[in-house]
Amino acid sequence: MTPVREMPGTAGAAWTIARKDLMVELRTRVAFLAAAVFAVLAAAIFFYAWDPTAVSALDLAPGVLWVIFTFSGLLALNRSFGAELTDRAIDALLVAPISREAVFLGKALANLIFVLGVLVVTVPAVVLFYNVSMSWSAVAALAGVVVLAAVGLVSVGTLFSAMAVNTRLAELLLPTIALPFLVPVVTSAAQATVLVMGGRPGSGVWEWIKLLTAFDLVFVAACTLAYPFTIER
Amino acid sequence: MGATSNVGVAGHGAGGAGGGAGAPARDESAPPGRDRAPTSAPRPFGALFWTAVAAVGVTYVRALAFTPVEALQGPAQKIFYLHAPAAFTALYLAFALMAISSVLYLWLRDPKLDRVAACSAEVGLAFTTVVLITGPLWAKPVWGTWWSGDARLTATLFLWLIILGYLVMRQAVEDRELRARYSAVLAILAGLLVPFIHLTVYLFRTLHPQPIVLKPSAPSMPAEMAVTFALAFVAFALLFVALLRARYRLALAAEAREEADGSGGPN
Repeated sequence: MTPVREMPGTAGAAWTIARKDLMVELRTRVAFLAAAVFAVLAAAIFFYAWDPTAVSALDLAPGVLWVIFTFSGLLALNRSFGAELTDRAIDALLVAPISREAVFLGKALANLIFVLGVLVVTVPAVVLFYNVSMSWSAVAALAGVVVLAAVGLVSVGTLFSAMAVNTRLAELLLPTIALPFLVPVVTSAAQATVLVMGGRPGSGVWEWIKLLTAFDLVFVAACTLAYPFTIER
Repeated sequence: MGATSNVGVAGHGAGGAGGGAGAPARDESAPPGRDRAPTSAPRPFGALFWTAVAAVGVTYVRALAFTPVEALQGPAQKIFYLHAPAAFTALYLAFALMAISSVLYLWLRDPKLDRVAACSAEVGLAFTTVVLITGPLWAKPVWGTWWSGDARLTATLFLWLIILGYLVMRQAVEDRELRARYSAVLAILAGLLVPFIHLTVYLFRTLHPQPIVLKPSAPSMPAEMAVTFALAFVAFALLFVALLRARYRLALAAEAREEADGSGGPN
Protein backbone atom coordinates (compact mmCIF):
# COMPACT_ATOMS: atom_id res chain seq x y z
CA MET A 1 0.00 0.00 0.00
CA THR A 2 1.35 3.35 -0.95
CA PRO A 3 0.78 6.14 1.54
CA VAL A 4 -0.81 8.43 -1.07
CA ARG A 5 -3.75 6.83 -2.81
CA GLU A 6 -5.02 7.84 -6.17
CA MET A 7 -8.70 8.53 -6.48
CA PRO A 8 -10.21 5.39 -7.89
CA GLY A 9 -12.05 5.60 -11.19
CA THR A 10 -15.66 4.53 -11.48
CA ALA A 11 -14.81 0.90 -12.14
CA GLY A 12 -12.23 0.79 -9.38
CA ALA A 13 -14.58 2.39 -6.86
CA ALA A 14 -17.41 0.08 -7.87
CA TRP A 15 -15.17 -2.92 -7.39
CA THR A 16 -14.07 -1.68 -3.96
CA ILE A 17 -17.69 -1.33 -2.84
CA ALA A 18 -18.63 -4.71 -4.26
CA ARG A 19 -15.66 -6.30 -2.50
CA LYS A 20 -16.65 -4.70 0.78
CA ASP A 21 -20.21 -6.09 0.49
CA LEU A 22 -18.98 -9.52 -0.48
CA MET A 23 -16.46 -9.56 2.34
CA VAL A 24 -19.17 -8.70 4.88
CA GLU A 25 -21.26 -11.50 3.45
CA LEU A 26 -18.36 -13.92 3.40
CA ARG A 27 -17.64 -13.28 7.05
CA THR A 28 -21.22 -13.53 8.26
CA ARG A 29 -22.76 -15.78 5.62
CA VAL A 30 -26.17 -14.93 7.09
CA ALA A 31 -27.93 -13.81 3.93
CA PHE A 32 -26.41 -16.40 1.68
CA LEU A 33 -27.37 -19.27 3.94
CA ALA A 34 -30.88 -17.89 4.30
CA ALA A 35 -31.30 -17.51 0.55
CA ALA A 36 -29.76 -20.89 -0.30
CA VAL A 37 -31.83 -22.72 2.28
CA PHE A 38 -34.91 -20.91 1.03
CA ALA A 39 -34.13 -22.01 -2.53
CA VAL A 40 -33.74 -25.67 -1.65
CA LEU A 41 -36.82 -25.62 0.58
CA ALA A 42 -38.87 -23.98 -2.14
CA ALA A 43 -37.71 -26.58 -4.66
CA ALA A 44 -38.77 -29.33 -2.27
CA ILE A 45 -42.15 -27.70 -1.61
CA PHE A 46 -42.84 -27.27 -5.32
CA PHE A 47 -41.91 -30.90 -5.79
CA TYR A 48 -44.73 -31.93 -3.50
CA ALA A 49 -47.14 -29.26 -4.70
CA TRP A 50 -47.33 -30.74 -8.19
CA ASP A 51 -46.90 -34.44 -8.69
CA PRO A 52 -44.10 -34.75 -11.26
CA THR A 53 -45.39 -38.15 -12.30
CA ALA A 54 -48.72 -36.61 -13.25
CA VAL A 55 -47.40 -33.48 -14.94
CA SER A 56 -44.30 -33.83 -17.05
CA ALA A 57 -41.27 -32.80 -15.01
CA LEU A 58 -39.97 -30.87 -17.99
CA ASP A 59 -43.08 -28.70 -17.91
CA LEU A 60 -42.63 -27.97 -14.23
CA ALA A 61 -38.90 -27.55 -13.76
CA PRO A 62 -38.37 -24.26 -15.66
CA GLY A 63 -41.28 -22.57 -13.92
CA VAL A 64 -40.14 -23.77 -10.52
CA LEU A 65 -36.58 -22.66 -11.17
CA TRP A 66 -37.50 -19.12 -12.17
CA VAL A 67 -40.09 -18.59 -9.48
CA ILE A 68 -37.48 -19.55 -6.91
CA PHE A 69 -34.97 -17.29 -8.64
CA THR A 70 -37.37 -14.34 -8.39
CA PHE A 71 -38.11 -14.69 -4.73
CA SER A 72 -34.66 -15.64 -3.50
CA GLY A 73 -33.34 -12.73 -5.57
CA LEU A 74 -35.74 -10.32 -3.88
CA LEU A 75 -34.70 -11.73 -0.52
CA ALA A 76 -31.08 -10.94 -1.31
CA LEU A 77 -31.80 -7.49 -2.69
CA ASN A 78 -33.74 -6.38 0.35
CA ARG A 79 -30.62 -6.72 2.40
CA SER A 80 -28.43 -4.82 -0.03
CA PHE A 81 -29.27 -1.30 1.09
CA GLY A 82 -30.81 -2.29 4.39
CA ALA A 83 -27.31 -3.07 5.60
CA GLU A 84 -26.19 0.47 4.75
CA LEU A 85 -28.80 1.98 7.06
CA THR A 86 -27.00 0.70 10.15
CA ASP A 87 -25.14 3.64 11.66
CA ARG A 88 -25.99 5.55 8.48
CA ALA A 89 -23.17 3.79 6.65
CA ILE A 90 -24.74 5.00 3.42
CA ASP A 91 -23.71 8.57 4.30
CA ALA A 92 -20.08 7.50 4.33
CA LEU A 93 -20.48 5.98 0.90
CA LEU A 94 -22.12 9.13 -0.41
CA VAL A 95 -19.52 11.55 0.92
CA ALA A 96 -16.72 9.47 -0.53
CA PRO A 97 -15.13 11.27 -3.48
CA ILE A 98 -16.50 8.82 -6.02
CA SER A 99 -19.34 9.10 -8.46
CA ARG A 100 -22.81 8.01 -7.41
CA GLU A 101 -22.92 5.76 -10.44
CA ALA A 102 -19.94 3.91 -8.95
CA VAL A 103 -21.87 3.38 -5.70
CA PHE A 104 -24.77 1.92 -7.65
CA LEU A 105 -22.60 -0.27 -9.85
CA GLY A 106 -20.67 -1.56 -6.83
CA LYS A 107 -23.83 -2.50 -4.95
CA ALA A 108 -25.27 -4.06 -8.10
CA LEU A 109 -22.10 -6.06 -8.74
CA ALA A 110 -22.13 -7.47 -5.22
CA ASN A 111 -25.81 -8.36 -5.64
CA LEU A 112 -25.10 -10.01 -8.97
CA ILE A 113 -22.42 -12.24 -7.51
CA PHE A 114 -24.70 -13.03 -4.59
CA VAL A 115 -27.66 -13.93 -6.81
CA LEU A 116 -25.46 -16.05 -9.07
CA GLY A 117 -24.15 -17.83 -5.97
CA VAL A 118 -27.71 -18.67 -4.94
CA LEU A 119 -28.44 -19.89 -8.45
CA VAL A 120 -25.43 -22.21 -8.28
CA VAL A 121 -27.35 -23.94 -5.48
CA THR A 122 -30.83 -23.59 -7.01
CA VAL A 123 -30.20 -24.92 -10.51
CA PRO A 124 -28.66 -28.24 -9.43
CA ALA A 125 -31.39 -28.66 -6.79
CA VAL A 126 -34.12 -28.25 -9.41
CA VAL A 127 -32.28 -30.41 -11.96
CA LEU A 128 -31.91 -33.09 -9.32
CA PHE A 129 -35.47 -32.99 -8.03
CA TYR A 130 -36.99 -33.07 -11.50
CA ASN A 131 -34.47 -35.50 -12.90
CA VAL A 132 -33.65 -33.32 -15.90
CA SER A 133 -30.91 -34.66 -18.12
CA MET A 134 -29.09 -32.10 -20.20
CA SER A 135 -26.24 -32.19 -22.68
CA TRP A 136 -23.19 -30.05 -21.98
CA SER A 137 -24.20 -27.59 -24.66
CA ALA A 138 -27.59 -27.28 -23.00
CA VAL A 139 -25.87 -26.64 -19.67
CA ALA A 140 -23.79 -23.90 -21.29
CA ALA A 141 -26.89 -22.34 -22.84
CA LEU A 142 -28.69 -22.46 -19.50
CA ALA A 143 -25.70 -20.81 -17.81
CA GLY A 144 -25.92 -17.99 -20.35
CA VAL A 145 -29.64 -17.53 -19.67
CA VAL A 146 -28.98 -17.56 -15.92
CA VAL A 147 -26.38 -14.80 -16.15
CA LEU A 148 -28.55 -12.62 -18.41
CA ALA A 149 -31.56 -13.04 -16.16
CA ALA A 150 -29.52 -12.30 -13.03
CA VAL A 151 -28.22 -9.06 -14.57
CA GLY A 152 -31.78 -8.00 -15.35
CA LEU A 153 -33.05 -8.79 -11.86
CA VAL A 154 -30.15 -7.10 -10.16
CA SER A 155 -30.27 -3.88 -12.21
CA VAL A 156 -33.84 -2.96 -11.32
CA GLY A 157 -33.71 -4.73 -7.97
CA THR A 158 -30.71 -2.78 -6.71
CA LEU A 159 -32.26 0.55 -7.62
CA PHE A 160 -35.62 -0.29 -6.06
CA SER A 161 -33.92 -1.68 -2.97
CA ALA A 162 -32.15 1.66 -2.54
CA MET A 163 -35.51 3.42 -2.77
CA ALA A 164 -37.55 0.96 -0.70
CA VAL A 165 -35.37 1.15 2.41
CA ASN A 166 -36.20 4.85 2.73
CA THR A 167 -39.95 4.32 2.71
CA ARG A 168 -42.38 3.46 5.46
CA LEU A 169 -43.04 0.04 3.99
CA ALA A 170 -39.32 -0.75 3.71
CA GLU A 171 -38.81 -4.30 2.52
CA LEU A 172 -42.53 -4.81 1.93
CA LEU A 173 -42.40 -2.31 -0.89
CA LEU A 174 -39.66 -3.97 -2.93
CA PRO A 175 -41.73 -6.82 -4.38
CA THR A 176 -44.65 -4.49 -5.07
CA ILE A 177 -42.65 -2.25 -7.34
CA ALA A 178 -40.03 -4.71 -8.60
CA LEU A 179 -42.17 -7.69 -9.63
CA PRO A 180 -43.81 -6.06 -12.66
CA PHE A 181 -40.33 -5.23 -13.91
CA LEU A 182 -39.32 -8.87 -13.57
CA VAL A 183 -42.12 -10.06 -15.86
CA PRO A 184 -40.04 -9.80 -19.06
CA VAL A 185 -36.97 -11.25 -17.30
CA VAL A 186 -38.67 -14.24 -15.75
CA THR A 187 -40.87 -14.98 -18.76
CA SER A 188 -37.93 -14.89 -21.18
CA ALA A 189 -35.69 -16.93 -18.91
CA ALA A 190 -38.38 -19.53 -18.22
CA GLN A 191 -39.33 -19.88 -21.88
CA ALA A 192 -35.69 -20.18 -22.93
CA THR A 193 -35.18 -22.78 -20.20
CA VAL A 194 -38.17 -24.80 -21.44
CA LEU A 195 -36.57 -25.00 -24.88
CA VAL A 196 -33.06 -25.68 -23.58
CA MET A 197 -34.09 -28.36 -21.07
CA GLY A 198 -36.36 -29.98 -23.61
CA GLY A 199 -33.38 -30.34 -25.90
CA ARG A 200 -34.90 -28.26 -28.65
CA PRO A 201 -32.94 -25.05 -28.78
CA GLY A 202 -33.41 -23.18 -31.98
CA SER A 203 -34.48 -19.83 -33.19
CA GLY A 204 -37.02 -19.74 -30.37
CA VAL A 205 -34.30 -19.60 -27.74
CA TRP A 206 -32.59 -16.79 -29.58
CA GLU A 207 -35.73 -14.67 -29.55
CA TRP A 208 -35.89 -14.90 -25.78
CA ILE A 209 -32.16 -14.35 -25.33
CA LYS A 210 -32.33 -11.27 -27.51
CA LEU A 211 -35.17 -9.94 -25.41
CA LEU A 212 -33.25 -10.61 -22.19
CA THR A 213 -30.13 -8.94 -23.57
CA ALA A 214 -32.08 -5.89 -24.68
CA PHE A 215 -33.71 -5.66 -21.25
CA ASP A 216 -30.30 -5.87 -19.56
CA LEU A 217 -28.77 -3.17 -21.74
CA VAL A 218 -31.68 -0.76 -21.30
CA PHE A 219 -32.15 -1.25 -17.57
CA VAL A 220 -28.53 -1.39 -16.50
CA ALA A 221 -28.04 1.95 -18.25
CA ALA A 222 -31.33 3.46 -17.06
CA CYS A 223 -30.95 2.37 -13.45
CA THR A 224 -27.34 3.55 -13.25
CA LEU A 225 -28.39 6.94 -14.56
CA ALA A 226 -31.47 7.08 -12.34
CA TYR A 227 -29.71 6.18 -9.09
CA PRO A 228 -28.20 9.64 -8.47
CA PHE A 229 -31.70 11.11 -8.63
CA THR A 230 -32.81 8.96 -5.74
CA ILE A 231 -30.15 10.14 -3.31
CA GLU A 232 -29.49 13.82 -4.02
CA ARG A 233 -28.44 16.19 -1.28
CA MET B 1 -53.00 -1.49 4.36
CA GLY B 2 -52.18 -1.25 7.97
CA ALA B 3 -48.97 0.65 7.53
CA THR B 4 -50.57 3.76 6.14
CA SER B 5 -52.24 5.95 8.64
CA ASN B 6 -54.71 8.57 7.61
CA VAL B 7 -52.53 11.56 8.22
CA GLY B 8 -52.69 14.10 5.46
CA VAL B 9 -50.11 12.98 3.01
CA ALA B 10 -50.60 15.20 0.05
CA GLY B 11 -51.01 13.63 -3.29
CA HIS B 12 -53.06 10.64 -2.37
CA GLY B 13 -56.33 11.85 -1.03
CA ALA B 14 -58.22 9.59 -3.39
CA GLY B 15 -61.16 11.87 -3.73
CA GLY B 16 -64.41 11.24 -5.46
CA ALA B 17 -62.40 11.40 -8.65
CA GLY B 18 -60.39 8.27 -8.32
CA GLY B 19 -62.99 6.59 -6.18
CA GLY B 20 -63.73 3.00 -7.03
CA ALA B 21 -60.47 2.93 -8.90
CA GLY B 22 -58.89 0.46 -6.62
CA ALA B 23 -56.94 3.31 -5.13
CA PRO B 24 -57.60 3.19 -1.46
CA ALA B 25 -60.19 5.79 -0.60
CA ARG B 26 -59.54 7.76 2.51
CA ASP B 27 -60.75 10.58 4.58
CA GLU B 28 -59.53 13.42 2.45
CA SER B 29 -62.48 12.96 0.16
CA ALA B 30 -64.56 14.45 2.90
CA PRO B 31 -64.55 18.22 2.74
CA PRO B 32 -60.94 18.97 3.61
CA GLY B 33 -61.74 22.45 4.84
CA ARG B 34 -62.11 21.61 8.46
CA ASP B 35 -61.98 24.66 10.65
CA ARG B 36 -58.25 24.81 10.77
CA ALA B 37 -57.60 24.78 7.06
CA PRO B 38 -57.16 28.31 5.78
CA THR B 39 -58.39 27.55 2.28
CA SER B 40 -62.04 27.66 1.45
CA ALA B 41 -63.61 24.32 0.72
CA PRO B 42 -62.52 23.27 -2.74
CA ARG B 43 -65.07 22.69 -5.42
CA PRO B 44 -63.47 19.97 -7.42
CA PHE B 45 -66.47 19.20 -9.58
CA GLY B 46 -67.16 22.25 -11.65
CA ALA B 47 -69.13 22.81 -14.82
CA LEU B 48 -66.49 20.95 -16.81
CA PHE B 49 -67.17 17.77 -14.89
CA TRP B 50 -70.90 17.92 -15.39
CA THR B 51 -70.41 18.68 -19.07
CA ALA B 52 -68.24 15.57 -19.36
CA VAL B 53 -70.80 13.46 -17.53
CA ALA B 54 -73.51 14.75 -19.84
CA ALA B 55 -71.34 13.96 -22.88
CA VAL B 56 -70.79 10.40 -21.65
CA GLY B 57 -74.54 10.08 -21.04
CA VAL B 58 -75.39 11.30 -24.52
CA THR B 59 -72.84 8.89 -25.98
CA TYR B 60 -74.46 5.90 -24.34
CA VAL B 61 -77.97 6.89 -25.21
CA ARG B 62 -76.78 7.15 -28.78
CA ALA B 63 -74.78 3.91 -28.58
CA LEU B 64 -77.64 1.90 -27.14
CA ALA B 65 -80.63 3.36 -28.92
CA PHE B 66 -79.47 4.97 -32.13
CA THR B 67 -76.53 2.87 -33.32
CA PRO B 68 -77.03 -0.40 -35.23
CA VAL B 69 -76.35 -3.72 -33.53
CA GLU B 70 -73.24 -5.44 -34.82
CA ALA B 71 -74.14 -8.49 -36.93
CA LEU B 72 -71.68 -11.05 -35.56
CA GLN B 73 -71.19 -10.06 -31.95
CA GLY B 74 -74.68 -8.84 -31.27
CA PRO B 75 -75.33 -6.47 -28.40
CA ALA B 76 -72.02 -7.48 -26.76
CA GLN B 77 -70.25 -5.20 -29.18
CA LYS B 78 -71.86 -2.20 -27.48
CA ILE B 79 -69.37 -2.51 -24.67
CA PHE B 80 -66.68 -1.29 -27.05
CA TYR B 81 -68.12 2.18 -26.80
CA LEU B 82 -66.94 2.05 -23.19
CA HIS B 83 -63.92 -0.22 -23.52
CA ALA B 84 -62.08 1.38 -26.42
CA PRO B 85 -62.28 5.02 -25.31
CA ALA B 86 -61.35 4.05 -21.75
CA ALA B 87 -58.27 2.20 -23.02
CA PHE B 88 -57.34 5.07 -25.30
CA THR B 89 -57.73 7.63 -22.52
CA ALA B 90 -55.74 5.61 -20.01
CA LEU B 91 -52.85 4.80 -22.32
CA TYR B 92 -52.49 7.85 -24.50
CA LEU B 93 -53.70 10.56 -22.19
CA ALA B 94 -53.24 9.52 -18.57
CA PHE B 95 -50.07 7.46 -18.72
CA ALA B 96 -48.45 9.57 -21.40
CA LEU B 97 -49.10 12.63 -19.25
CA MET B 98 -47.74 10.82 -16.22
CA ALA B 99 -44.51 9.86 -18.00
CA ILE B 100 -43.99 13.28 -19.55
CA SER B 101 -44.58 15.18 -16.34
CA SER B 102 -42.25 12.80 -14.50
CA VAL B 103 -39.42 13.47 -16.93
CA LEU B 104 -40.10 17.18 -16.70
CA TYR B 105 -40.15 16.99 -12.91
CA LEU B 106 -36.63 15.61 -12.70
CA TRP B 107 -35.56 18.45 -14.95
CA LEU B 108 -37.51 21.43 -13.63
CA ARG B 109 -38.29 20.31 -10.06
CA ASP B 110 -41.66 21.98 -10.06
CA PRO B 111 -43.96 20.30 -7.51
CA LYS B 112 -46.88 21.00 -9.84
CA LEU B 113 -45.46 18.45 -12.26
CA ASP B 114 -45.27 15.82 -9.56
CA ARG B 115 -48.87 16.54 -8.61
CA VAL B 116 -49.95 16.21 -12.23
CA ALA B 117 -48.12 12.87 -12.53
CA ALA B 118 -49.73 11.51 -9.38
CA CYS B 119 -53.21 12.68 -10.34
CA SER B 120 -53.03 11.30 -13.85
CA ALA B 121 -51.79 8.00 -12.44
CA GLU B 122 -54.84 7.77 -10.23
CA VAL B 123 -57.32 8.79 -12.88
CA GLY B 124 -55.53 6.52 -15.37
CA LEU B 125 -55.88 3.65 -12.92
CA ALA B 126 -59.63 4.24 -12.82
CA PHE B 127 -59.86 4.13 -16.61
CA THR B 128 -57.64 1.01 -16.80
CA THR B 129 -59.89 -0.66 -14.26
CA VAL B 130 -62.82 0.03 -16.58
CA VAL B 131 -60.83 -1.56 -19.42
CA LEU B 132 -60.02 -4.65 -17.36
CA ILE B 133 -63.63 -5.11 -16.29
CA THR B 134 -65.26 -4.51 -19.67
CA GLY B 135 -62.71 -6.67 -21.54
CA PRO B 136 -63.66 -9.96 -19.88
CA LEU B 137 -67.36 -8.99 -19.91
CA TRP B 138 -67.14 -8.79 -23.68
CA ALA B 139 -64.86 -11.83 -24.03
CA LYS B 140 -67.26 -14.19 -22.26
CA PRO B 141 -70.02 -14.12 -24.90
CA VAL B 142 -67.74 -13.57 -27.90
CA TRP B 143 -64.60 -15.57 -27.14
CA GLY B 144 -66.36 -18.00 -24.83
CA THR B 145 -64.06 -17.32 -21.90
CA TRP B 146 -63.63 -14.55 -19.35
CA TRP B 147 -59.87 -14.50 -19.46
CA SER B 148 -58.10 -15.69 -22.58
CA GLY B 149 -54.55 -14.78 -21.75
CA ASP B 150 -54.68 -12.59 -24.81
CA ALA B 151 -51.52 -10.54 -25.21
CA ARG B 152 -53.14 -7.13 -24.96
CA LEU B 153 -55.28 -8.11 -22.01
CA THR B 154 -52.25 -9.46 -20.16
CA ALA B 155 -50.17 -6.40 -20.95
CA THR B 156 -52.97 -4.16 -19.66
CA LEU B 157 -53.13 -6.15 -16.45
CA PHE B 158 -49.42 -5.65 -15.87
CA LEU B 159 -49.74 -1.97 -16.62
CA TRP B 160 -52.50 -1.78 -14.04
CA LEU B 161 -50.26 -3.50 -11.48
CA ILE B 162 -47.39 -1.11 -12.20
CA ILE B 163 -49.61 1.91 -11.60
CA LEU B 164 -50.90 0.32 -8.43
CA GLY B 165 -47.30 -0.18 -7.26
CA TYR B 166 -46.55 3.44 -8.10
CA LEU B 167 -49.46 4.64 -5.98
CA VAL B 168 -48.54 2.30 -3.12
CA MET B 169 -45.03 3.71 -3.15
CA ARG B 170 -46.31 7.27 -3.08
CA GLN B 171 -48.16 6.50 0.11
CA ALA B 172 -45.08 5.01 1.70
CA VAL B 173 -42.87 8.09 1.39
CA GLU B 174 -43.57 11.02 3.66
CA ASP B 175 -41.12 13.64 2.55
CA ARG B 176 -42.76 15.47 -0.35
CA GLU B 177 -39.61 16.18 -2.28
CA LEU B 178 -38.25 12.66 -1.85
CA ARG B 179 -41.59 11.20 -2.86
CA ALA B 180 -41.63 13.31 -5.99
CA ARG B 181 -38.15 12.18 -7.02
CA TYR B 182 -38.82 8.50 -6.30
CA SER B 183 -42.12 8.65 -8.13
CA ALA B 184 -40.58 10.31 -11.15
CA VAL B 185 -37.82 7.69 -11.32
CA LEU B 186 -40.34 4.86 -11.02
CA ALA B 187 -42.63 6.37 -13.64
CA ILE B 188 -39.80 6.82 -16.12
CA LEU B 189 -38.56 3.26 -15.65
CA ALA B 190 -42.14 2.04 -16.03
CA GLY B 191 -42.29 3.90 -19.33
CA LEU B 192 -39.20 1.99 -20.46
CA LEU B 193 -40.75 -1.26 -19.25
CA VAL B 194 -43.97 -1.02 -21.24
CA PRO B 195 -42.41 -1.97 -24.62
CA PHE B 196 -40.68 -4.94 -23.00
CA ILE B 197 -43.92 -6.20 -21.53
CA HIS B 198 -45.60 -5.88 -24.90
CA LEU B 199 -42.77 -7.79 -26.59
CA THR B 200 -42.85 -10.47 -23.92
CA VAL B 201 -46.55 -11.20 -24.05
CA TYR B 202 -46.44 -11.06 -27.85
CA LEU B 203 -43.56 -13.56 -28.08
CA PHE B 204 -45.20 -15.72 -25.45
CA ARG B 205 -48.38 -15.97 -27.46
CA THR B 206 -46.83 -16.51 -30.84
CA LEU B 207 -44.59 -19.28 -29.56
CA HIS B 208 -47.51 -20.95 -27.87
CA PRO B 209 -50.39 -20.76 -30.29
CA GLN B 210 -53.75 -20.77 -28.58
CA PRO B 211 -56.96 -22.15 -29.97
CA ILE B 212 -58.00 -19.72 -32.63
CA VAL B 213 -60.15 -17.05 -31.13
CA LEU B 214 -62.16 -14.42 -32.83
CA LYS B 215 -60.00 -11.38 -32.91
CA PRO B 216 -61.69 -8.11 -33.54
CA SER B 217 -59.86 -6.77 -36.51
CA ALA B 218 -60.93 -3.30 -37.34
CA PRO B 219 -63.58 -3.73 -39.96
CA SER B 220 -64.94 -0.79 -41.80
CA MET B 221 -67.94 0.23 -39.83
CA PRO B 222 -71.14 1.99 -40.73
CA ALA B 223 -71.12 5.73 -40.34
CA GLU B 224 -73.48 5.60 -37.35
CA MET B 225 -71.04 3.45 -35.43
CA ALA B 226 -68.07 5.59 -36.37
CA VAL B 227 -69.87 8.70 -35.17
CA THR B 228 -70.77 7.03 -31.88
CA PHE B 229 -67.16 5.96 -31.43
CA ALA B 230 -65.87 9.44 -32.15
CA LEU B 231 -68.38 10.84 -29.68
CA ALA B 232 -67.27 8.31 -27.07
CA PHE B 233 -63.62 9.26 -27.47
CA VAL B 234 -64.37 12.95 -27.10
CA ALA B 235 -66.59 12.31 -24.08
CA PHE B 236 -63.92 10.22 -22.37
CA ALA B 237 -61.17 12.72 -23.08
CA LEU B 238 -63.39 15.40 -21.58
CA LEU B 239 -64.11 13.21 -18.58
CA PHE B 240 -60.39 12.61 -18.11
CA VAL B 241 -59.61 16.31 -18.09
CA ALA B 242 -62.45 16.98 -15.66
CA LEU B 243 -61.42 14.21 -13.29
CA LEU B 244 -57.77 15.21 -13.49
CA ARG B 245 -58.65 18.79 -12.61
CA ALA B 246 -60.85 17.66 -9.74
CA ARG B 247 -58.17 15.35 -8.41
CA TYR B 248 -55.57 18.08 -8.73
CA ARG B 249 -57.66 20.45 -6.68
CA LEU B 250 -58.15 17.83 -4.01
CA ALA B 251 -54.41 17.27 -3.88
CA LEU B 252 -53.85 20.98 -3.44
CA ALA B 253 -56.43 21.09 -0.65
CA ALA B 254 -54.83 18.10 1.05
CA GLU B 255 -51.44 19.78 0.89
CA ALA B 256 -52.86 22.99 2.29
CA ARG B 257 -54.40 21.13 5.15
CA GLU B 258 -51.18 19.28 5.80
CA GLU B 259 -49.41 22.61 6.08
CA ALA B 260 -52.16 24.06 8.27
CA ASP B 261 -51.75 21.10 10.58
CA GLY B 262 -48.30 22.45 11.24
CA SER B 263 -45.27 20.34 11.03
CA GLY B 264 -47.65 17.51 11.78
CA GLY B 265 -47.41 14.21 10.13
CA PRO B 266 -45.59 11.27 11.52
CA ASN B 267 -41.87 11.24 11.75
